Amino acid sequence: MSVQQALIDYSLRLADNANVLGHRFCEWSGKGPMLEEDLALSNLGLDLLGQARSFYSYAAELKGDGCTEDDLAFLRDANEYKNLLLVEMPNGDFAVTMLRHLLFSAYYLPFFVALSQSNDKTLAAIAAKAEREMAYHLRHSAEWVIRLGDGTEDSLKRMQDAIMVLWPYTGEMFESDEIDQQLVDAGVAIDPESLREQWHATINEVFQRAGLVEPESVWMQTGGRTGVHTEHLGFMLAEMQFLQRSYPGAEW
Amino acid sequence: MYTQALNDKDPSPAEDTIEDPVLAERFQSRIDQELRIEANDWMPAAYRRTLQRQIAQHAHSEVIGMQPEGNWLTRAPTLKRKAILLAKIQDEAGHGLYLYSAAETLGISREEMESQLLTGKARYSSIFNYPTLNWADMGAIGWLVDGAAIMNQVPLCRCSYGPYARAMVRVCKEESFHQRQGYDIMTQMAKGTAAQKAMAQDALNRTWWPSIMMFGPHDSDSSHSEQSMAWKIKRFSNDDLRQKFINATVPQAEYLGLTIPDPDLKFNEETGNWESGPIDWDEFKQVLAGNGPCNHLRLSTRQRAVAEGEWVREAAAAHAAKQSARATNKEEAA
Repeated sequence: MSVQQALIDYSLRLADNANVLGHRFCEWSGKGPMLEEDLALSNLGLDLLGQARSFYSYAAELKGDGCTEDDLAFLRDANEYKNLLLVEMPNGDFAVTMLRHLLFSAYYLPFFVALSQSNDKTLAAIAAKAEREMAYHLRHSAEWVIRLGDGTEDSLKRMQDAIMVLWPYTGEMFESDEIDQQLVDAGVAIDPESLREQWHATINEVFQRAGLVEPESVWMQTGGRTGVHTEHLGFMLAEMQFLQRSYPGAEW
Repeated sequence: MYTQALNDKDPSPAEDTIEDPVLAERFQSRIDQELRIEANDWMPAAYRRTLQRQIAQHAHSEVIGMQPEGNWLTRAPTLKRKAILLAKIQDEAGHGLYLYSAAETLGISREEMESQLLTGKARYSSIFNYPTLNWADMGAIGWLVDGAAIMNQVPLCRCSYGPYARAMVRVCKEESFHQRQGYDIMTQMAKGTAAQKAMAQDALNRTWWPSIMMFGPHDSDSSHSEQSMAWKIKRFSNDDLRQKFINATVPQAEYLGLTIPDPDLKFNEETGNWESGPIDWDEFKQVLAGNGPCNHLRLSTRQRAVAEGEWVREAAAAHAAKQSARATNKEEAA
């Protein structure tokens, strides 16, 4: 695989993560547990949509075949999407959404911190902006996980249930393949394994403060990064891509 | 938008008769001098109630108004449009918050206002009881609904009640951006494919009459607004504002190549006004009475969101109580 192709695939994975998770936050619009939180959930979604646009635009530029950010977001089918399974998991209740975001942002903050030092100037620039956003995402989701874990009996149970649902999707974040390795060697990408310790320390600290228990040994699901998704993604894309698919060639 | 409350009759005026005439005169004289009334100033009970009702209704409208646009958020056709729409809906939640805060300065709690909304006691703007059926509705809402809102709301920036007037300055700035982005969607659709142009026309057909009804009944049928005029809460009559809106909008529709769904619409050379055909007030009354196509959906969606968030709010309160108990214990131990 050429470095160019690896870089396209790498950017697409990052774009898909942000796009899919951003869409999940759009699904919360108007349904937050309080108005203040509606504003916050929209902020998280806006940051992610912004990141998605930056990474898709870069992938489109690298492809150089005249495709646009929207072609990549709206005209690729589920098996072409390369996001982590974690981000396509349904919102569930507020406990699931906040835990999903804690698990993700505790990984993505150190990821962007590292990526901001990439030899690839564009990735480094996107990461430098996204890093500041992700610091807020981590703080916000960690505060909620602590509140809910250390809240009522009901909220503690919901958090613990959410952990059982989502934990099997955390292993995939640390996987790497030929695309990662090639770009790690070129000083462009981040070795996901190098983030595991910091991620785990963050989760541990939050779980301790929240009175939550980490599952001992869980089978880890995988597949998103190679296009083998959960059943949830197809429905999300059917909704997301409806207008672009139904009216090909129209400009919006 | 959202000033329907000015057309409602104040429900309990009896207690106003016992107010001190000296205070009442001083109050009116301040208003006549265009001075602002602030939260701690003396004010007639009816003035307070009118504003509580109007500001709360305005806040409710912002919150309920998130739904018709939320209906298309997950189907937005490009990432840019999606981000703009999400930001717009977020602004509406923000407007709801400022306005609830402005109303709270009049001595009513946000919980009480929210409960009035959820139990159907309080109103919100009828315009949100119509469905959004195609993407061009996102354009039509920005262009027409926010456009009508701005006509109504710009004068509110000079409202005699300070906290409301100041909240409206910021709200109007954001609304004006919303209107521009709505018109931008309409422009894109109107110059697009035949299918897109048909969506734009369909959206205009469905939104036109409800948006001009947003200004409320004709002046001849709106007997409750004189007091609000004297109090400088309301500064222009329903018909004046409606006419201003129609005059501004007709050329915009022409520019888009879209047809306003009013066969009687004609230009009066003498007055320089576009005169509209008769408005179907029966429809307006039906929607107000709860029989609009989405009244039930909008309210039940809001009720469900509040009910589903209850455990979260309880947990947050429980956590805060535990934290403060821990802090107290720590202090005592020290």
